[in-house]
Amino acid sequence: MAALSMPIAVAAVSSWGSELLKTLEVRVSPEPALAAAQQRAAQALADRPLPSRRQEAWRFTDIAPLLGITTALLPPATTGPATLPRATAGVVRLVLDGHGDPLAGVSLPTGIEPIPVADLEALLQETATDRGEDRGATGASNHAAARAGSEPPWSGLLAAASAGQILALRVRGFVEPTLELVSDAASAEGVLPLRLLLILEPEARLELLQVHRAAGASLTTVLLEARLGAGAQLSHGLIGQGVGAAVLLADLAIDQQPGSHYAFTSAVAGWALSRLEPRVLQSAGGATTRLRSLQRVYGREIADQHSQVRFEGPEGELDQLHKAIADGAGRSVFNGAVAVPRAAQRTNAVQLSRSLLLSDRARIDTKPQLEIVADDVKCAHGATVSRLQSEELFYLQSRGIAAANASRLLLRGFCGEVLRELPAAAAIWQPLAMVMAEEASRP
Amino acid sequence: MIRPEAPVLLEIRDLHASVADQPILHGVNLTIRAGEIHAVMGRNGSGKSTLSKLLAGHPAYTVTGGSVSYRGDDLLALAPELRARRGVFLGFQYPVEIPGVSNLEFLRVATNGRRLEQGAEELDTFAFEDLVRERLAVVQMDPAFLERSVNEGFSGGEKKRNEILQMALLDPLVAILDETDSGLDIDALRIVAGGVNQLATPDNATLLITHYQRLLDVITPDYVHVMAAGRILRTGGKELALELEDRGYDWVDAELAALAPAPVEVG
Repeated sequence: MAALSMPIAVAAVSSWGSELLKTLEVRVSPEPALAAAQQRAAQALADRPLPSRRQEAWRFTDIAPLLGITTALLPPATTGPATLPRATAGVVRLVLDGHGDPLAGVSLPTGIEPIPVADLEALLQETATDRGEDRGATGASNHAAARAGSEPPWSGLLAAASAGQILALRVRGFVEPTLELVSDAASAEGVLPLRLLLILEPEARLELLQVHRAAGASLTTVLLEARLGAGAQLSHGLIGQGVGAAVLLADLAIDQQPGSHYAFTSAVAGWALSRLEPRVLQSAGGATTRLRSLQRVYGREIADQHSQVRFEGPEGELDQLHKAIADGAGRSVFNGAVAVPRAAQRTNAVQLSRSLLLSDRARIDTKPQLEIVADDVKCAHGATVSRLQSEELFYLQSRGIAAANASRLLLRGFCGEVLRELPAAAAIWQPLAMVMAEEASRP
Repeated sequence: MIRPEAPVLLEIRDLHASVADQPILHGVNLTIRAGEIHAVMGRNGSGKSTLSKLLAGHPAYTVTGGSVSYRGDDLLALAPELRARRGVFLGFQYPVEIPGVSNLEFLRVATNGRRLEQGAEELDTFAFEDLVRERLAVVQMDPAFLERSVNEGFSGGEKKRNEILQMALLDPLVAILDETDSGLDIDALRIVAGGVNQLATPDNATLLITHYQRLLDVITPDYVHVMAAGRILRTGGKELALELEDRGYDWVDAELAALAPAPVEVG
């Protein structure tokens, strides 16, 4: 039986892939620069097999939930922004549905402006998804060369091929309001591709909150590229609120110039499958990167976080903490790659992964992946997987706190360490309630 | 303060217990009345820490015989949190660090649970802050510790002070302090012992579990019990602690050998 069922599974996968490519062909941007970028990505995608567990990068991540999603593009938003919590003061919200203009009717805060179409072509030529494909033709820029050896992930190519529009913004100086980018596929079915490009000029400062929600059999696939000029600061939060069959794939390609600071905090829960791939390149070292992530899985959910940080020059810093809570028959995957080549002397990198296993059927795969060639560096990593500590529980009980409350208090504490680093604007999305919600009481 | 007419708070009768199928307590008898301070002394492995954790309801210990009554009720039938709410307090030898849980919130939740049981009103965050700031004085503790995670990064002395602060807030009827003196320097010991003395009233009782006489120089016990091999071998007044200090624990071994059959010691 096994021998027979295998080809059927392979056929299902490749037919989903070719259906997807066919769907993508019909959705080409009227902008020639973006259309060309879409076609390059689609070509690269066609040359790649669909992810499968035979590939090292997908070894622990079953894409079955993806194959259950219809390959049609998500129709224009049927639910208006009315279903979203009201944006708080000090927040500029852009709603992304893959069709409408997210900037329509919005006055961007001082310091943020859309990048003119005329400038897009050159920018897109050297973005992460195109690197390695056309480098010879475009005269490889420094960071493109540095990305060599780091192929764009499948999810990034998928978003680049399928996104018929791009939100491209240039940031100058200190932007006071938080920029909030929101997508909500609600219960619609299909694929919602989103492509975002942020250029932070030297010394620019921005707080960015990305929120993705879905409650139906949909795929939200996001490619966000951000370039931080010298001394720029980007504080970046991502909240992924999924329900049921929804799938989230996010490729986050960040380039940092020396003296820049990038802080990324993510919290995801509820997706049938989620995969975040923050890929940070310190293209000449000398920058600081802070990564915080929290996953919670229940039922048969799969949450995957594949991060990559690469130092291409000396004196770069990384401080990374990944946390996961796996319950039910959920599965959590973490792969933290850190590359410290010879040029990256005096790099200081710390990576820690802490996971809680709350059920016998849940599973956690956590893997640090440090490649260190430079000899004068400080690189530390650690990983723990444990249950809720019985001594902690007993301590709380011995102070009159009932066992169930004690567990909740401990879980809240565990999550709080990551959640408190989200931008303040994240509060209205109730990330704590999201990660604490029992499976049955999810919205 | 010994008053024969004072009500009995805790009565332990022929208590037998084991951990991981290994018998540790072999028939402990102890009666504690309101107003009394008891000290249980003994070597490591004599069963004194087991006794304290068992009274607080630690799930690792199984009672295999005997009884414990607390103000006339079966203490062993109560979940650990109910024991605490009804007024049994265990000061931990090694207070547990709980990252991410604010000390202030923890103290408030715990205090309100006990207050409800006492028929008092729950305190809101403001009223609780007033109370906790007043009680901080009992252990001369810096208010900055309230903002931190429970015991996280606290020194040994700070953790023990935090234990006594919890005791001051929970207002227990029976406080069991497990090696509260361990790891404390002389100044910290004085502060912690001073807190315990301040909290002792004619209506409550204290059970000190300790290895050394030095704690008993600053907290005067009404009774000293010597524990060995899972039972109380001898009971006396505070002079018994001084005798132990003089003679060491070797005579305990001799006395134990006279009892047959000798139970196995547990490390």
